[in-house]
Amino acid sequence: MAAIAFQSISKAYPSPKGPKGTTFLAVDNVTLSIEEGEFFGLLGPNGAGKTTMISMLAGLSRPTSGRVSVLGSDVQTDFASARRKLGVVPQELVFDPFFNVREALRIQSGYFGVRNNGAWIDELLESLGLADKASANMRQLSGGMKRRVLVAQALVHKPPVIVLDEPTAGVDVELRQTLWQFIARLNKEGHTVLLTTHYLEEAEALCGRIAMLKSGRIVALDKTSDLLKAASSNVLRFKLDSALPAALAARARVTGRIVQLPAHDAREVEGYLAAVREAGLTATDVEIRKADLEDVFLDVMTQNKDSVHSAGVQA
Amino acid sequence: MSGWQTLLYKEMLRFWKVAFQTIAGPVLTAMLYLLIFGHALEDHVKVYERVSYTAFLVPGLAMMSLLQNAFANSSSSLIMSKVMGNLVFLLLTPLSYVHWFVAYVGASVVRGVVVGLGVFAVSALFTQVSFAQPLWIILFAFMGAALMGTLGLIAGLWAEKFDQLAAFQNFVVMPMTFLSGVFYSIHSLPPFWQGVSHFNPFFYMIDGFRYGFFGVSDVSPWLSLGVVGASLLLVTLVALHMLRTGYKIRG
Repeated sequence: MAAIAFQSISKAYPSPKGPKGTTFLAVDNVTLSIEEGEFFGLLGPNGAGKTTMISMLAGLSRPTSGRVSVLGSDVQTDFASARRKLGVVPQELVFDPFFNVREALRIQSGYFGVRNNGAWIDELLESLGLADKASANMRQLSGGMKRRVLVAQALVHKPPVIVLDEPTAGVDVELRQTLWQFIARLNKEGHTVLLTTHYLEEAEALCGRIAMLKSGRIVALDKTSDLLKAASSNVLRFKLDSALPAALAARARVTGRIVQLPAHDAREVEGYLAAVREAGLTATDVEIRKADLEDVFLDVMTQNKDSVHSAGVQA
Repeated sequence: MSGWQTLLYKEMLRFWKVAFQTIAGPVLTAMLYLLIFGHALEDHVKVYERVSYTAFLVPGLAMMSLLQNAFANSSSSLIMSKVMGNLVFLLLTPLSYVHWFVAYVGASVVRGVVVGLGVFAVSALFTQVSFAQPLWIILFAFMGAALMGTLGLIAGLWAEKFDQLAAFQNFVVMPMTFLSGVFYSIHSLPPFWQGVSHFNPFFYMIDGFRYGFFGVSDVSPWLSLGVVGASLLLVTLVALHMLRTGYKIRG
């Protein structure tokens, strides 16, 4: 049984631009199945539809068409059972200012009808580095601490399926480490994890499988290792003080002074460097590195400018 | 505790944690009304035979405080959760719309009744009030609080900003409570305004409630019971429909 199954789901919103009554599809007929025990990454630029998909999964919004289920429970018709199996860490840093950390966790646990949950709450506080903040009011916590409480709240009813919607946005390195260690441990223990993130190195390090979303459609779906394999295998990286020659600019990714170009073999590398020399420029700090997920991501996103559905992406 | 009991407990804990604002404040306000109006009008206004004006005022003030606070509880809790975004914690739970209804309205009833009791307790220092028909008192107190808690639930779901909720409170709830006969018997009004008052459901809540104390009222307590019961049923159906369809809370 799939841990999470999206079946031909679409979500239409009223169009912010254009005449009244028109709609646009935030999610456009997506079918995606995530198996039990997977660590799955859902990537895409802002506005690609990641959060909309998670909202429909969590029952926060209703699909315009299609069905979503969690471990076989439909999130609309069998919502109580679906929500018991699902723990969601929302993207926004929200909290209830009336309560302290332990109260917030006890209350959240109570909503799910879980009794005598003290031991698990203690373990969550300990694992997420919140033990000394248990009686602090939510208002007194820093942003990073509030984020940890959000994670603890999502896990308080021990859901087998965990969804993290950009959990490390604006979070310091230490928390990221604590968080990923803990989530990786839960995944090892059999929990299914669905993650959306902007940090592609995190997705590369953690996710066994990745789907890339663009304009509400899946434009790539594969094992992380296969996605990396399929990408141009190397990247030529150098620094340049002046503007790049026009011939190269079209293929290059430029970040300030740093220029990166996809390169399959030595001839291509030589060609790039020759073009730079002929333009009367000097490349410094030249290196060749393996392609990473960011290269794959940019590759996929630029290849699919007209949001062409690549073939065979249905799981 | 089961899920809905936890939500009820949380809603009660929420107002209890700020009891100065949610309980002590309204009781003090009611006392000020009692002192000032009682002092100014005691010798000039006679509503019922054998009932002093101050004694007449007490049930009306208690009911007004009860109604306003029952409304404030559910409406302010919901609008705060919506504006702060923490309603999501509740939206992610397996609680059904009936659970939401019972918990939010239940906590509103508790706050309303606690404030009402507070007004009585303190007013006992100033005047003696009789309890002619206690069952009517209890019945109208609970039905009134439930009606206003439900109305607060509707207003809290509907409002997107504090401003809209304040408008609802200041332009609907306040005038209707003040013009319901808290400070006077509607028999003292000109016929036209007497007629208008009969279209105000708040009038029946206060009149029926007062009947429980003095055994006399402007209209029959059974008529009041019918009007309050029908109003309660109507707002309950509206609130349940809004919760079931996720009005403004589920996209």
